[in-house]
Amino acid sequence: MAETAAEQEEVLTDLEIVTGAKEPKPKIGDVKAPELTGSIKVPKIQPGAAAGYKPYPAAPEYMEGMDFPTTLVDNWEKEAVNKLGELLKKYKSLQDYMDICVRCGSCTDKCQFFLGSKDPKNMPVARADLLRKVYKKYFTTEGKLLGKIAGAERFDLELLGEWFSYFHQCSQCRRCSVFCPYGIDTAEISMAAREIMDHIGVGQKYVNSIIIKLHEIGNNLGMNPKALKATLESTEEDIEEEDGVPVKLPVDQVGADILMVTPSADFFASPHVESLIGYAKVFHQAGISWTFSSTASEAGNFGMFIGNYSHMQRAASRIRKAIEEIRPKRLIVGECGHAWRIAYSFWNTLIGPLDQSLGLDPKYPRPQHICEFTLDLVKRGAIKLDKSANDEFVPTFHDSCNVARGSRMGDSPGGQFDIPRELIKASCNRYVDMEQETIMEKTFCCGGGGGLLTDEILDVRLQGAMPRMQAYQNIKDSHGANFFALICAICKAQFTKVFPKYGMPMIEVGGVHQLVGRAIELGAKE
Amino acid sequence: MSGLTIFFVIYAYVAILFFIAGFLYRIWKYASTPAPLKIPQTPAPVAAPGVARRMVAEVTLFKSLFNGNKIIWLFGYVFHLGLLVALLKHYRFAFDYSPSWLVYLTTFELYAGLIMLGGLMMLFLLRLVVDRTNFITVMTDYILLVLLIGIAGTGLLLKHFYRTDVTSVKEFVLGLVSFNPQEMPADAFFIIHITLVFLLLIYFPFSKLMHSGGIFFSPTRNQVDNARDKRLVTPWAAAPESIQIASNMTQEEG
Ligand code: SF4
Ligand code: SF4
Ligand code: SF4
Repeated sequence: MAETAAEQEEVLTDLEIVTGAKEPKPKIGDVKAPELTGSIKVPKIQPGAAAGYKPYPAAPEYMEGMDFPTTLVDNWEKEAVNKLGELLKKYKSLQDYMDICVRCGSCTDKCQFFLGSKDPKNMPVARADLLRKVYKKYFTTEGKLLGKIAGAERFDLELLGEWFSYFHQCSQCRRCSVFCPYGIDTAEISMAAREIMDHIGVGQKYVNSIIIKLHEIGNNLGMNPKALKATLESTEEDIEEEDGVPVKLPVDQVGADILMVTPSADFFASPHVESLIGYAKVFHQAGISWTFSSTASEAGNFGMFIGNYSHMQRAASRIRKAIEEIRPKRLIVGECGHAWRIAYSFWNTLIGPLDQSLGLDPKYPRPQHICEFTLDLVKRGAIKLDKSANDEFVPTFHDSCNVARGSRMGDSPGGQFDIPRELIKASCNRYVDMEQETIMEKTFCCGGGGGLLTDEILDVRLQGAMPRMQAYQNIKDSHGANFFALICAICKAQFTKVFPKYGMPMIEVGGVHQLVGRAIELGAKE
Repeated sequence: MSGLTIFFVIYAYVAILFFIAGFLYRIWKYASTPAPLKIPQTPAPVAAPGVARRMVAEVTLFKSLFNGNKIIWLFGYVFHLGLLVALLKHYRFAFDYSPSWLVYLTTFELYAGLIMLGGLMMLFLLRLVVDRTNFITVMTDYILLVLLIGIAGTGLLLKHFYRTDVTSVKEFVLGLVSFNPQEMPADAFFIIHITLVFLLLIYFPFSKLMHSGGIFFSPTRNQVDNARDKRLVTPWAAAPESIQIASNMTQEEG
């Protein structure tokens, strides 16, 4: 017995050890969700509880396509340290956060992945320490002189294995940052760690394969322009059949006033497409010319998840190209959390300036969120909503973390909380909020963001979703909530997957513009 | 001048030099590293005065820590408050003239010292008993707390219980400040006190105590939320050539 075990270990390459590639993955059907009690408790720590959860490593083709080494490089320790040194010079956040954490503990019970898994290495500071150990060892006098006493550690295979586990159990949601006295954002640290891993040949299959699809074909789903047109046409037919109104879903209409960029999941995934129909009805009823672009058929940009600036910029450059082709006056972004963060916070830097030089009208925010756009129309009376169309629903709103903590809507801070809520309230007679501690800037992540939306780590996703599910259970029990309104494509995909696991009806998951689309009064305006 | 004095004078100057040079070096590092992207943790102020207010609330009230954990906040806060009073009252050792408010502050210096010590001890205790905090603690966290407890403890003993000769301490410190070293009082608690203080000063720039300066450079807190209105460009992140990549890409028609 002992011999066979030893033999087996010899066969494994270092890469396979680090990524747990040869270890059996749980069957989706077997993965169980934690029990719901309606309240969120801080658990006693269980070291190692989540150590075994690792995503699939990227196969050589998914590394090559990204210009990363195809397998763990021989001198990986040195390469990793070099890369870290480079990143420390490029990112103030990383340099600052490596130094100034005092390990006060304020963030320790704030991460949904810790609350769900009980694994202390999912506490934000402990997660960051996995990188900080290496930083201290190779870059600080303190770590060089005092070693372990100062928390410095050599970057060995075991530690790299922990990186692969725990930096893929962070959705980069920034919740920890809110409660840190210095605003230390573990998302920045896990991005850096993933960037380092990619550069030594340890990549994650899900994210890398999607970025390659985005670069090559233009969207995360790998849907080519022809297929895109076909699916939009069939959706047009569906709308006309249902509502009797010829609502259009135009593509590549040069000279349209509005270029609409939305996550590709909206084109056909469920319930995403309901929101897509909602956008189209809004544009139709407002009588504004608009279009999608097959060049920019993806608002999402997974380049951020792996902390890779050039892939993020390259992905975003499609948007710029689409603007140059279509020459719109306005740029609007659909329901997607990380996409909105990138659009709102990064596009101007990555592909800007988004101004008159590109033909964009300075009167409007560039880019503008679809919720900003629609609510403005509602307020101006340009579209009418019949709230009674949604009388069967008691909606509640899940603040997507990337929107909540990484962007804004409207002119004043916190508009990202008010605008979607106002829009829901304009579309429905009833509305309830979940507990204060779980919404707005303190919102919990869905558990599937940041590149975790892949089934081999469904355990992680279920555990990460736990706090949110508790809060939803609670509001269901107390106020009869039955519609879980979202403005994020990943959230929608994640919740439709985890709801049934938590014994909740999948049908309750939907988009904000799904509600708008149902309530909007189509037809001639008075 | 006694050997003891000579040793401590050199030790003091070396420590102060380490502290100033090290601190400035680290600050320079934070200041000079670019922040290529807009990453304020929103909701964030949309203009600079708001950012200043946000910082002030963090630095003076530890606002985020308060929201995060009331117990850690309480002990951390009283410790820092006690430290502030203690630092201020040390002013009169280094300068001849003390403003009246400073003299007034001296009225609560004993309480300040005690809450500082109490806060530190509770922070130490938290590291031992709370499983999460215990898990993340490394040895230097304890060492720093012990150092600070030692400094606060000997300080209190010196001042309030064991009453060292203040005049000779003042002469010694004034001598240091004016680069005209004077004989140092051979008082055991005083010697321990300043030994620890200078040790702390030397260690300061190498340690997590840099949070005192680093907090001001945290991009999630010091950035203005105006990404749509004002384009942020840093030299390394400009890289316009990657924009060409998509433009040259051939459209795949399937
Ligand atoms: S709250 Fe901030 S300083 Fe405190 S342990 Fe967490 S990351 Fe470190
Ligand atoms: S960014 Fe979010 S997921 Fe990552 S450590 Fe912080 S709280 Fe957890
Ligand atoms: S998927 Fe939604 S909740 Fe999860 S990280 Fe993204 S925005 Fe946040």
